[in-house]
Amino acid sequence: MYILNRRQFLQNASLISLSALFPGTSSWAFSNGNINSTNNKLIVILLRGAIDGLSVVVPYGDNRYYDLRPTIAVAKPGQDQGVIDLNSYFGMHPALAPLLPFWQAKTLAFVQAAGSPDPTRSHFDAQDYMETGVPGKKMITSGWLNRLVCEIPSNKSPLQALSLGAVLPRIFAGAAEVGSAPRTISGNKIVLDRPVIGDLFSELYCDQSSDLGRAYADGMAAHKTIEEAMTEPAKPANSPPAASADTPAQFNPFSRSGVVGMGENGGKNSTIDALLAEQKAASRGAPSPKNNGDFGKQLALLMNRDNSIQIAFTDFGGWDTHVNQGNGKGQLANRLEPLAAGLAELVDGLGPLYKQTTIVVMSEFGRTVKENGNRGTDHGHGNAMWLLGGNISGGKVYGRWSDLNESNLYQGRDLPATTDFRDVLCYVLNDHLAVSKKSLANIFPGFTMSGKALA
Amino acid sequence: MYQANIIKKIIALTSALFFLFVNTTVAIAANTNNVKSASNKSSSAVTDEEIYYLLNRISFGVRPGDIESVKAIGIKAFIEEQLNPETIPESQSVTDFIKDDDALTMSPIALYRSFGPPAVKAAMAKAGSDSPDDKKEAQKEIHKLAHEVFKDNAQLRVLRALYSPRQLQEVMTDFWFNHFNISADKGLDRILVGNYENVAIRPYTMGKFRDLLGATCHHAAMLFYLDNAENSIAKTDKNGKKYGGLNENYARELMELHTLGVDGGYTQDDVIQLAKILTGLGLPPQGRRAFAAGIDENTGTYFNEQRHDFSDKILLGQTIKGSGEQEIEQALDILASNPATARHISYQLAQYFVADKPPSSLVRKLTNRYMQSGGNIKAMLADLFTSNEFWDPQYRQAKYKNPFRYAVSVLRSTNAQPDNYDRVIDFLRQQGMPLYGCLTPDGYKNTEDAWLNPDTLLKRIGFATGIASGSMKQLCPQPPNYNDLSTTFGDKLSVNTQHVISKAPDKLKVALLLGSPDFMRY
Repeated sequence: MYILNRRQFLQNASLISLSALFPGTSSWAFSNGNINSTNNKLIVILLRGAIDGLSVVVPYGDNRYYDLRPTIAVAKPGQDQGVIDLNSYFGMHPALAPLLPFWQAKTLAFVQAAGSPDPTRSHFDAQDYMETGVPGKKMITSGWLNRLVCEIPSNKSPLQALSLGAVLPRIFAGAAEVGSAPRTISGNKIVLDRPVIGDLFSELYCDQSSDLGRAYADGMAAHKTIEEAMTEPAKPANSPPAASADTPAQFNPFSRSGVVGMGENGGKNSTIDALLAEQKAASRGAPSPKNNGDFGKQLALLMNRDNSIQIAFTDFGGWDTHVNQGNGKGQLANRLEPLAAGLAELVDGLGPLYKQTTIVVMSEFGRTVKENGNRGTDHGHGNAMWLLGGNISGGKVYGRWSDLNESNLYQGRDLPATTDFRDVLCYVLNDHLAVSKKSLANIFPGFTMSGKALA
Repeated sequence: MYQANIIKKIIALTSALFFLFVNTTVAIAANTNNVKSASNKSSSAVTDEEIYYLLNRISFGVRPGDIESVKAIGIKAFIEEQLNPETIPESQSVTDFIKDDDALTMSPIALYRSFGPPAVKAAMAKAGSDSPDDKKEAQKEIHKLAHEVFKDNAQLRVLRALYSPRQLQEVMTDFWFNHFNISADKGLDRILVGNYENVAIRPYTMGKFRDLLGATCHHAAMLFYLDNAENSIAKTDKNGKKYGGLNENYARELMELHTLGVDGGYTQDDVIQLAKILTGLGLPPQGRRAFAAGIDENTGTYFNEQRHDFSDKILLGQTIKGSGEQEIEQALDILASNPATARHISYQLAQYFVADKPPSSLVRKLTNRYMQSGGNIKAMLADLFTSNEFWDPQYRQAKYKNPFRYAVSVLRSTNAQPDNYDRVIDFLRQQGMPLYGCLTPDGYKNTEDAWLNPDTLLKRIGFATGIASGSMKQLCPQPPNYNDLSTTFGDKLSVNTQHVISKAPDKLKVALLLGSPDFMRY
């Protein structure tokens, strides 16, 4: 048990006053370069809808792959739209070419045939299990990423844990407070930055024992931190908040320019609205990476500017390719392309921070080995997990693998899950975030890491 | 349009009646220990707070004057009326909007021909051109038109939620649409989504569940969305090449989401059996056979025997003889009459109308009513609205509004007369709840944990201040007057909210009310 979690921190803090808590610069934020083991970063990306792992890490060395997938197999290396060879047996989808430098630098690894021990082929159950970290148990309400935040030392930043997206995902549900930011991160001013309005609403939402009171406090804290981080140039410590020019004496409750409620940066706002208008929601609110190709650039920028961000999560949908999946090109390739480009930009943008960062990409289950009647694939079982990070022993495809012989498949149709996804996560948490075995037992109750996930 | 005649200036309610909405577990209202079935109360014994609660659950939000209207006829008659929407005349704004736009009443087939690929072909033929550039241009134009159709349908959805006096029907349309969700982001469904809601959902919202299930199963939008249009027996062509084959997508969701529920006791084999039963049910053939007999113009569906698997099947232990289209009706009968379906639907209704974690006694009651009445939704709702559980004061303000409900309730409370709803539609997108845009078949959730989020809460406050300040002119041309709102809402607010509003500058009072924690709940 941790003594003081961040919720309690905020509760106690609220006894003082919100404005005292959030002066011009994040006073709690670690300064850049102040690296210690507990400030290592973790970014988790969930691909909702079950991406076809056999198109990501393609077993081109097994001819059954081509027999079972007459129209959607990705061709062998060297052929048109063929895979990028990884180890003379597996190849990477050609749309993942932007990740090749990391593979070559040995900071990219895959765990093939990983997954959950639970047999469900329901997207929703399987996503829930992957997010709660307790497969098969539906009564678990908190997410493993939230429990992780409870277990690691707090850096007292409202953005230590950061969720990107409009809805808080199950993986972050729980006791620890989680900052959230829109997918399009901006440092725009909002109406609550005006002192009178802000103060009155702070009073309305002063009850820190209520869910709404806490959400409000978290929202304001995250907003101020992001606003500061995204405002260039970085302000010196103890400079007054930007909004302080707007004193009550010259108070005008609403902007002169007839500002609309959601953001006050008139010109910029309309661009963002236009961008948002292009976005289409996807699986459980997660958009397709096509519409969020900039996520890597933005997240890297924010993490560089605010070094207190330690655990980040985002998700992308649109992987449920029952019909016309495509092979080296087509539907799936079109979604992989922006995802790979975004990941590459994230790594590049992180710069030196990449050394301290691990990125995990996962999906609720894999898809049928055999293609279905519609040049697509149905819900399957085992899948590939992707690991990127300065400290990953990359350049390898991990996982127990036999072949695509029917007798080696799960229920004769799917990749088995030979590595428990929690084993991979435990490895990352233990090795990279210095999470103790005792804490791991709180994060993944009922599971014991084998220590062989990446063996 | 909202009828101003129901606004009557009434005597300010006694200020002695404060209800603490923030902490719903502390019930301080009079009579709270004495939970009675409200339908047994004479209308005079029903408090304003109870009517306020009822209105908030049965409608998309209380408008000024609504409490008095309900009081005038009594809540029993009000519930009865709402359960029978056909007895309530539709709002003139709704009927006018529909009358002005042919596309809103077109059949799926007509929509497809007017705004789908055939429209491009027709435009090319008319122009006598076959140049690729012209084709691109034509496609662009048709896409634009299709998007207009979609937008009109989205506007109509908001318009109905805002103005229709058949509020319970609209609330139930929201409930069932999410239960049988399709997404306008998937190709053809962009132009079909409005028709799907109007033809397969709204008419059945308070009828028999089996009819609703059948209507969704026999609509082109659903068959396209969940890929049953692709579900076919595997075949071999003249050259020995295999084509077609099962697609399990719809079969699985039909059991997991639409009927039995994920723990409803079916197996992977049942999924395959049901997929086989459903083979052949899909969209009309194209090309020369586009006008083949057997195409249902109203639903845009077509059963193709050539694609059907005629073998016998066993679904949930029951044998279904291979007979063609009739198998589907048998399967739907089996699913709709299963007690797991009754439980699943009952739980969802109780969760939607009462609390995120609904009382199990209520779920049991509704389950029994479902089984007893042959899945009669109206009978279930009548039981629900008169149940002790529904009226238990602990559930007042227990639900967190989802973004759609929040936006519509703001507009209803301020008597806004929007010129158009683009800003609502933008707002919903920013809140993570684009209209008709839930990509996954489980639909939007209606629980607090799905929607309460720091960032979106701040955006709601931004929306409230935008409405209150008059800066969202399209939505609310006149800044609302606080006095108009305080009559209805003033004494329903928590002590703290009343206190903060009382000391705020007049210009900010409406923003504070609409952005208050009290207004986020219902």
